[in-house]
Amino acid sequence: MFSNRGRRTAAIVAALTATVVLTACGAKTTDSATAGGAGAAIDTSGSAIKVGLLNSLSGTMAISEVTVKNSLLLAVEEINAAGGVLGKKIEPISEDGASDWPTFAEKSQKLISEDKVAAVFGCWTSASRKAVLPVFEKNKSLLFYPVQYEGLEQSPYIFYTGATTNQQIVPGLDYLKAQGKTSVYLVGSDYVFPRTANKIIKAYAEANGMKVLGEDYAPLGSTEFSTIVNKVKAAGAAAVFNTLNGDSNVAFFKEYKAAGLTAGGMPVVSVSIAEEEVKSIGTQYLAGQLTAWNYYQTTEGAANEKFVKAYKAKYGEDKPTSDPMEAAYVSVYLWKAMVEKAGSFDVEKVKAAAGGITFDAPEGKVTVDGTTQHISKTARIGRIGDDGLITEVWNSGQAITPDPYLKGYPWASGLS
Amino acid sequence: MRLLRKPVTGFAIGAVLLFGVAPLALGDFRLDLLAKYLCFAIVAVGIGLAWGRGGMLTLGQGFFFGLGGYAMAMHLKLADAGPGQMPDFMLLYGQLDELPWWWRPFANPLFALSATVLLPMFTALLLGLLIFRRKVRGAYFAILSQALCAAFAILLIGQQGTTGGTNGLTNIQGFFGYDLNDPVNRRTVYFIVAAALLAVLALTWQLMRSRYGELLVAVRDGEERVRFLGYDPANVKLVAYVAAAGMAGLAGALFVPAVGIVSPAMIGVVPSIEFVIGVAVGGRASLLGPALGAIAVAWAKTALSERVPSAWTYFEGLLFILPIVFLPGGLASLAGTIRRRSRPSAVVETPAPAKVEVTT
Repeated sequence: MFSNRGRRTAAIVAALTATVVLTACGAKTTDSATAGGAGAAIDTSGSAIKVGLLNSLSGTMAISEVTVKNSLLLAVEEINAAGGVLGKKIEPISEDGASDWPTFAEKSQKLISEDKVAAVFGCWTSASRKAVLPVFEKNKSLLFYPVQYEGLEQSPYIFYTGATTNQQIVPGLDYLKAQGKTSVYLVGSDYVFPRTANKIIKAYAEANGMKVLGEDYAPLGSTEFSTIVNKVKAAGAAAVFNTLNGDSNVAFFKEYKAAGLTAGGMPVVSVSIAEEEVKSIGTQYLAGQLTAWNYYQTTEGAANEKFVKAYKAKYGEDKPTSDPMEAAYVSVYLWKAMVEKAGSFDVEKVKAAAGGITFDAPEGKVTVDGTTQHISKTARIGRIGDDGLITEVWNSGQAITPDPYLKGYPWASGLS
Repeated sequence: MRLLRKPVTGFAIGAVLLFGVAPLALGDFRLDLLAKYLCFAIVAVGIGLAWGRGGMLTLGQGFFFGLGGYAMAMHLKLADAGPGQMPDFMLLYGQLDELPWWWRPFANPLFALSATVLLPMFTALLLGLLIFRRKVRGAYFAILSQALCAAFAILLIGQQGTTGGTNGLTNIQGFFGYDLNDPVNRRTVYFIVAAALLAVLALTWQLMRSRYGELLVAVRDGEERVRFLGYDPANVKLVAYVAAAGMAGLAGALFVPAVGIVSPAMIGVVPSIEFVIGVAVGGRASLLGPALGAIAVAWAKTALSERVPSAWTYFEGLLFILPIVFLPGGLASLAGTIRRRSRPSAVVETPAPAKVEVTT
C-alpha cells in the first residue's frame, strides 16, 4: 500500500527505531549500584533559595488544599521578614496538583529537576502522597507532608508533620472507651485512609472489648446517605467513628440529624472535619459532635495567638485556622531549623540534622523524631460549638511520640 | 497522488521529530512528559478512527486504557516483588495470605504483554456485539460507554486490597528487568512509546485508505443506506471499535513505565472526556489531527498550569472552546481554511459547504 517513497521512509524509520532501541540499554534492576544515582541537585547559587509548594489549586481537593498553601506562604513570608534561611530569602514556587495523582507526580518531578528546589511542601490525600513518594525517593529530594494520615509508612525522603494513627485515631478511641462507650459504628469514604483507619480501629476494638456494629463506605463525593444512616440507627451503637471526607460530610450530617440522631445520644467522632469544613457543613448540623485532631484555632498559647492573628491579618477575619494548616506552617519552620542546624541545604545533611529538633508550634512544643521522620504531637479531642469553633474537651497531657507502624501496641501486631 | 504522498511525508517528518529532534532538544524531564503525551496520542488515534471515521462517540476509552494499564502494572508489580512474593500494597492493605487467582497469570511476561492489547480488544468485541447488533448508537452509545468506565473505576476503588484502591498501582521500579530510575532506560521507554505511536498511525492509515475505511465512513454518514447495499453496519463498526480499544489498551500499557503509576484517576469519566477533547481540538476525521490535538492539549495543560497554577483551568477551558467554535474541523483543518481564505477567488465569497469533509 505504501508508495515507493513511502516504503523507503518506512524502512528508514524502522532502522532508526531498531538502532536507537538496541543501543540504549541502561541499568538492570539487579545492578543496585546505579539505581538512583547522586542526590538531588539543589540550586543554591542565587541570593534566594527555592522551595516548592505542591497543592491542589483546582479540582475536588482545592477547597482544603488552598488553605494549606496560604498557610505555607504565611510561614515563608514570616521567615523572609526575619532574614530568611542561612542568609537566603525563600522563593516559593507553587504548582497545582489538580486533585489528580499522576499530576502530583509530574509536578513534583518538575519542581525537583527544573526548579531544583531545596524541599517541597504539600500533598493532602494519601493517594497523592503515594504517587509522589517514588519521585522523591528516586531523586533523593525532600517532601514535607502536613496532613494526618493512616500511618504504616516511613519514607526516608518524607517528613510527616501531621498526625499518624497513634496520635489521632488511637487517642480518639481511648477517649470513647474512657467515656464508657462499648460499641462503635464505622462510616467512611471509600479510599485508602478510611479503610486503613478502620482496620486499625477494628483491631483496637477487639483488644479493648469494644464492639464494631457495622462498617460502611460511600464513594468519595457521594451525597446519598439515607441507607447508611438507617443502618447506623438500627444498629444502635454507642458512638459513630466518621472518616468521611469532603462534601459527603454535609449530606451525612443532614441525614443524621433528620433521622433524629443527636450528639447526646450517639456522638460522632470525626477525624477529617476541621474548622474550614465546619463552616461549609453548617454548625446547626454539627454542634455538639466530636473531632479528634492535634490543634484547634482555640488551642491556648502565645504561639497560637500569634499564628491566628497573623493568618487573619493576611487572609481576612472570617478565615479560620485548622490542624492541617498549622502542620503546614510548622513544617516550613522545622525545615528552616533543620537547615540551620545542618548549616547546609544538602538533603542528606538536613536529614541527619533533623532528629531532636524542637519548635514552639501553635499546637505546643513539637519534636522531630529522627528515626521515623514524624513529629511528636499532643492529641486533642474537641467539641464543635454553635459558633463553628472547636473547643478542646480532652488532651493527652503531653506530646505523643510518633509510632507509624504501631509497634508499641500489642493489639496492632497483625496489621503490617 | 498528492493525497497519497502527503501522509507519507508527514509520517517521515513525524519520525524525524520524534526520534531525532525531540531527544536532542528536550531534557530528561521534558522527554518523560512527551512520552506521556504520546501515550494520549495513541488513544486519540483510536478515537479518531471510531468517532471521526465511524461516528461512534466513544466517551469511555478510559476503560480500555485502564485495562491495558492495569495489566501491565500488575506484571511490573509482580516482577518488582520477585518470584513467589506479593506486591507491597497487598501486604499493607489486604488481609490476604496468597496472591488472588486473577493476579497469578500476570506474573508471566508474555501473558501480561498480550493481555494489555488483547484484553481490551476482547472486551470491546463482546460489548460491541451486544451494542451494535441492537443498533444502539448516538447519545445512547456515548452514555453506555461512559457508564462502563465509571463502573470500572468504582470497582477498582472498592477492591483496595487487591487493586490498590484510589492509590492505584504506584512505585513501579523496573520494566522487564531494566531499572526505570535510570535516565537511559527512561529514554528507551520514550523511544518505545514513539515507535508504538508511529506503528499505530501507519496501521490506522492503512485502515482508513482501504475499502474498509470507505465503508466505515459510509456507515457513519448513512447507516441505513449501507445496510440496503447488503453490508452489515454492525460488523463494520465493530472492527473500528475493537481497533480503538486495542490502541487505548496499548497506550495504557505504555503509560505505566512512562509515568510510573496507574490509578482509577486515569480511568473514570473525566479522563475519558479529556481524551475526546484532544481529538476534537485536533480534528477528529483526519489521521494526524487526533494525535496532534492530544499532544497539544496535554502540552497546553502542563504549560498553562506551570505558568499560572491558580487560574490555568480557565485558560484551558478557553482553549477547548475556541477551536471548536471557530474551527469545527479541528486544528487539522486550519491549513485548508487559511488556503481558502487567502485565495483571491470567488471561493472566499461562497460560505464553506456545510459538510466539509477533511481529507487525509
